[in-house]
Amino acid sequence: MAEQVKVLGSWGSPFSKRVELALKLKCVNYECIEQDLANKSQLLLDYNPVHKKIPVLIHNGKPIVESLVILEYIDETWRHNSIFPHDPYEKAMARFWAKFIDEKCNEGVWKIMWCKEEERGKLVEEVLQHFGTLEGQLKDKKFFGGEEIGMVDIAANFIGYWLGLVQEAIGMELVTRDKFPVLCRWMDEFVGHSVVKPILPPRDELLAIFKARFNATAWEY
Amino acid sequence: MAANNDDVKLIGAWPSPYVMRPRIALNLKSVEYEFLQEQFGSKSELLLKSNPVHKKIPVLLHNGKPICESSIIVEYIDEVWSSGPSILPADAHDRALARFWAAYLDEKWFPNVRAAPRAATEEAKSAAVSQLKEGLALLEGAYGEISRGKDFFGGERIGFLDIAFGSMLGWLRAVQVMLGGVKLLDEEKTPGLVKWADKFSADPAVKDVLPETEKLLEFAKILMAKAKPAAS
Repeated sequence: MAEQVKVLGSWGSPFSKRVELALKLKCVNYECIEQDLANKSQLLLDYNPVHKKIPVLIHNGKPIVESLVILEYIDETWRHNSIFPHDPYEKAMARFWAKFIDEKCNEGVWKIMWCKEEERGKLVEEVLQHFGTLEGQLKDKKFFGGEEIGMVDIAANFIGYWLGLVQEAIGMELVTRDKFPVLCRWMDEFVGHSVVKPILPPRDELLAIFKARFNATAWEY
Repeated sequence: MAANNDDVKLIGAWPSPYVMRPRIALNLKSVEYEFLQEQFGSKSELLLKSNPVHKKIPVLLHNGKPICESSIIVEYIDEVWSSGPSILPADAHDRALARFWAAYLDEKWFPNVRAAPRAATEEAKSAAVSQLKEGLALLEGAYGEISRGKDFFGGERIGFLDIAFGSMLGWLRAVQVMLGGVKLLDEEKTPGLVKWADKFSADPAVKDVLPETEKLLEFAKILMAKAKPAAS
């Protein structure tokens, strides 16, 4: 029986693209089934009844959900072109930083996007500290994974591409070249990577959506 | 990979469910370790040096190298002491399920365990209790599916998800008391989990590290008193 790999995803979602990036790096053929998040399909609700969210990886009919859990599954199932380090200590570090990216960096930016004006200063200060901590992990490496993209680079995809667009849409610079030269250098390498570049969502369409969303909530800066 | 003369230390504190997780894992693998108990109310130099990012327990120190975040530590223990009984399931899909539910517990469910007794209004308390019960109903279903008729989520032996969830049993029982005897684990609604909880608590790898309900209740009083603003 031919292997069946499907991804329930959304063209603009960084979480969705994490899964696609891992599959592409492993040269695994898959079908992407675009989901309308405003009008969730029965397929999505059946395969992710707990969270009702994308992405969902469906492998030979079995669903796996939560993007970081999916990345682990992909690496364990298709063992060539590893995205995780082999050494248990390095693997633990990769898991640690992926979690840090989600809980501190991405979550931090999300809070700033939707916070009240009086809270903004403190939230910005916090997230800048987190970006500094993350940048410290890069040092002189090309990628978090070393010479090649690894799990932490994939987890940092929002920072690699989406963050710039969010900053443009809300008219606020968090990560700038003068403050975060190493992180910005990584961002250039990431979006220029031969496997990453083709699957990035179109810039103008994504920017238009962000702008519309923030204008609707009357962002004032 | 791991040798008998490895230096293994765990920085933690007895009331913390997160600290319990690596302790159970080390016990399952029969690994001897030194438990470095943090003093309540202050953080040791060693903790701050070993976990500069989060400054939180638990931290495993393996031959001096620190590993942080309880679930990450448990996976590390499983990979390093690979000759002992496996903690993660063998099948990749089962592993994904175990990780999924462990993440659900940490992100969605356990915060309500902490929030319920501290809720400011009866309404908020009631909402937290409802959410806890809903989560337990989901877990009852997961237990039925994942255990496949055996005692534990991990099958015949305790596994990753048993550790992730079971580490919270002490506080779950304490919170039931703090909420005036509300039944969260319920013989009628969550019969599988009730039986599982008893078996888990009695397991040799667990029973010496699972705090007694009375001790947690005393500790909770100290925590709540500390949280109250000082009178001027």
